[in-house]
Amino acid sequence: MATLISAPQVQEDKLIEELGYDDHFHDHHHGDKYQSNFVSTYIFSMDHKMIARQFLITGMFWAIIGGLMSLIFRLQLGFPDESMAWLKPILGQWITINDEGVGQLSQEFYYALVTMHGTIIVFFVLTAGLSGTFSNLLIPLQIGARDMASPFLNMLSYWFFFLAGVVMFASLFLNTGPFSGGWTAYPPLSALPQASLGSGAGMTLWVTSLVFFVVSVLLGGINYITTVLNLRTKGMSMWRLPLTIWAFFVTAVLGLLSFPVLASGFFLMMCDRGLGTSFFLSEIFIGGQALDHVGGSPILYQHLFWFLGHPEVYIIILPAMGIVSEVLSVHARKPIFGYKAMVYSILAIGFLSFIVWAHHMFMSGVNPFISNFFVVFTLIIAVPSAVKVFNWIATLYGGNIRFNAASLFGIGFVSMFISGGLTGIFLGNSAIDIQMHDTYFVVAHFHIVMGVAAFFGMYAGVYHWFPKMFGRFMNETLGKIHFWVTMIGAYAIFWPMHYLGMAGVPRRYYRFDLFDTFRHFTEINKFITIAAVIVFAAQLLMVINFFYSIWKGKKMTTRNPYGATTLEWTTPIDTGHGNWPGKIPAVQRWAYDYGKDGKEFIPQIVPMAEGEKDGGDH
Amino acid sequence: MTAILAILCVLLIGIVVVQIGKVTELAAKIRGEEEVEEGTNRRQSGYLMVFMVAFLIFTVVSALYYRNYMLGYGPHESASEHGGSLDSLFNTTLFFTGIVFIITQIALFYFAWKYRAEKGRASLYMPHDNKLEVIWTIIPAVVMTFLVVGGLDAWNEVMADIPEDAQAVLIPTTEDKSEFLEIEATGYQFAWDIRYPGADGLLGTKNFRMITGTNPLGQDWSDEKNHDDFMTNEIVLPKNRWVRVRITAKDVLHNFYLPHFRVKMDAIPGLPTYFVFKPTKTTEEYREQLSTVAEYQVPDPNDPEKMLWETFGYELACAELCGKGHFSMRRAVRIVEEAEYAAWARGQSPLYDSVRGTDDDPFQEENAATMEAEDVIEAPIDSLTLPIDSLTAPIDSIGMAEPTDTTGSTE
Ligand SMILES: [Cu+2]
Ligand SMILES: [Cu+2]
Ligand SMILES: [Cu+2]
Repeated sequence: MATLISAPQVQEDKLIEELGYDDHFHDHHHGDKYQSNFVSTYIFSMDHKMIARQFLITGMFWAIIGGLMSLIFRLQLGFPDESMAWLKPILGQWITINDEGVGQLSQEFYYALVTMHGTIIVFFVLTAGLSGTFSNLLIPLQIGARDMASPFLNMLSYWFFFLAGVVMFASLFLNTGPFSGGWTAYPPLSALPQASLGSGAGMTLWVTSLVFFVVSVLLGGINYITTVLNLRTKGMSMWRLPLTIWAFFVTAVLGLLSFPVLASGFFLMMCDRGLGTSFFLSEIFIGGQALDHVGGSPILYQHLFWFLGHPEVYIIILPAMGIVSEVLSVHARKPIFGYKAMVYSILAIGFLSFIVWAHHMFMSGVNPFISNFFVVFTLIIAVPSAVKVFNWIATLYGGNIRFNAASLFGIGFVSMFISGGLTGIFLGNSAIDIQMHDTYFVVAHFHIVMGVAAFFGMYAGVYHWFPKMFGRFMNETLGKIHFWVTMIGAYAIFWPMHYLGMAGVPRRYYRFDLFDTFRHFTEINKFITIAAVIVFAAQLLMVINFFYSIWKGKKMTTRNPYGATTLEWTTPIDTGHGNWPGKIPAVQRWAYDYGKDGKEFIPQIVPMAEGEKDGGDH
Repeated sequence: MTAILAILCVLLIGIVVVQIGKVTELAAKIRGEEEVEEGTNRRQSGYLMVFMVAFLIFTVVSALYYRNYMLGYGPHESASEHGGSLDSLFNTTLFFTGIVFIITQIALFYFAWKYRAEKGRASLYMPHDNKLEVIWTIIPAVVMTFLVVGGLDAWNEVMADIPEDAQAVLIPTTEDKSEFLEIEATGYQFAWDIRYPGADGLLGTKNFRMITGTNPLGQDWSDEKNHDDFMTNEIVLPKNRWVRVRITAKDVLHNFYLPHFRVKMDAIPGLPTYFVFKPTKTTEEYREQLSTVAEYQVPDPNDPEKMLWETFGYELACAELCGKGHFSMRRAVRIVEEAEYAAWARGQSPLYDSVRGTDDDPFQEENAATMEAEDVIEAPIDSLTLPIDSLTAPIDSIGMAEPTDTTGSTE
């Protein structure tokens, strides 16, 4: 067996040696000063593979925190009259115990939990944890580069993210509580400490943290873009890039163009908070007092926020799409269907994402005429999205599909993306949005399409590339249990929310029984909460599996265990600094030659046969 | 103690889990990787098929179970004129997306199952198919065009403001937009203030700097349009009359949300917005509609004597996060026949009555004079006719006295 597998490896090494590109990398890096001690290897590492792992593990930490928060507020929603006294040791002052000994979650803290859950999952987990991890891991490995264009900026990118996390974490322990005005932080609520407990110090730390986060995204993004544009190996034309790289590349461009706008919004917000300016504030009477601010517009903030906020959902979902395209293709043993259409739809989605932001603001008091344009552009996005879905399904057609945790999550992703994407067609149509805006229908929509789907993409990636990261496999059985509980559980949580939304139940309610209209759903709310607890437990299973497998997982015996074509599987099992021990491999063909000419797969480094046409050219 | 137990539980589960994992790995070693892999593929793809069928059944059954809460079905029909068009747009979209949903989910899971890996089978090399791709680009584009056109048509009609030549009145008498009632909703932490325009049909100006405990909206009393404006605890509106709600806020963003009427609009401090709609069902009529539905034929938990449909009332809610009391900003809404509304509106007394003649009243001197002279009672508009009647009385008596005088002189 061993000899059978090593035979193609020897051949590959020969190909790299013969056709590869000699950049004299190892002449300059004697003894690898990059990783000379513990600190430079594991902490202030400049190696993209280590930074990827740092992003991933930090992201997992935040996912657990963000998930736990959702469980607490789900308990409140599912069992509003049960005592929460048992949480008093953890939550302290935020649980008040009445005379009968019944512990109640403070309203203020409920909203803080909702806000933190959103902020943490959107930014720390699905932006940094997803794009940060896989852009770092895969860009150099799949394009044939030694590392990122600037390893130093790359390191800074992680540490700014870390700093953002420290500040956000500190805000959880404030006496006045963390910020509680929703992850969108609309002023005046977010701008005025009088308006809410969390809008005081909590908001200050929230903004500070996210400013650090923006810096992190920008440093990372500049690096990803530069690396993809400049450090592709010989023969790696843009049209030969795996779809993962296309997705990470467009994601980085979106981040680079949109995050600064968010930062400017935050800057103006800080001026309103600290310097008495009136960018977002006007004619406010609060706390028995008329404020001096006049002439500002709260809607201006919403424009600035959603100019980032909408591209942000693609910053989250595009990497997942790229990962799933790759994973499905590899495990279906088939080329991704319609490669160029996939690239063009990524580009189209990326472009359109900048001209649809006001679809979050149909009911915000913007001129209704303007909304017409945003409706049109928003619903146009359905077309490239549909193309992508059809292409994934067509990729499975006629395949020889291997079912493992990675490919199962890939298939689950497509299912979730269909379910959640279709409800976007309702919400993007402003007329329907009149009723649906800020109801549970929206909660269902975005959780399925960018929450669950993005997590599925991330899991597909983790299970698939875990061997590349740690030289071992994650446990497959546990992976499959994780998949099935999550797949069934996620639908059990979010599908019923559509019905709540149709009945008009607004989101962000602490309890529903003050309204005759909204209080009919106690059973469904209990059901959702129980499902959420089970799904969360399954994620812990994944975390256990992850850390167990780092040290005890099944060892990788061959460097290309899946029979994949891309370059990362031509590096040694224990991939050192610089990725390839000798020359950098040169690329001869596109990334998706599976099942071509009767061969199971043809790696990208294998030269074209005479008269052979590159699969990507059409 | 509980914490330690919990930690122990988690640890135990962790160990169990790890053992499960180990066992399956051992099994793989014993039975040979390839054989195990084929079995896995068969099983997992089979589960996917089972999942697909169960999932599709679950979606349909749950929709049937909740049909009485679904937009535009059963009792959940809109109570406003424009609402029906939104509901039908929703259901048109549901129809198309439903078809796509079922086809794509079935295709996805069916292909996954059908093309599970089997030893000795090769996959199909099919990198692209331009014809197919063009077709499935064009179909969604056409459907989208259809939905966009329908959507924008409805949107622009719903969001259109009242025509400029329309007459603002307290008690509109026409079904078209030539006459309309304008009310004002002001959101604040954590309630709504509702203001009606009074007999002149016009809302007076206000200024946030004039807000005081007794003048919660900051009405400018030097504007006479304010003098008849009245505030109410519930929103009462006439059936089949156009209403324009002017929506504002005092402190932070709120959202004026009437779920039964498909009305929703942000309330923004310093930037008034509006929503124009026409209620088409009285509260009584809506109760009738609910009375036939099982979900409403249960006792009201707050009033067990009565059925849920009997106690039903329309509600105003807040739909924009506004702080810790966001979930509690309820106001009752009542839709009544025009006559009942007119009687109700005439029975309300303006806030200005409490200001008249006080230091806050810009017309203090005049008002003080007239008040002393005529001893005007704070009275609703209806009863104003009474003093006028009594005013005519002295004139009559003078006239009556005249003949006596003349007779006296003639004598
Ligand atoms: Cu958006
Ligand atoms: Cu409110
Ligand atoms: Cu609110």
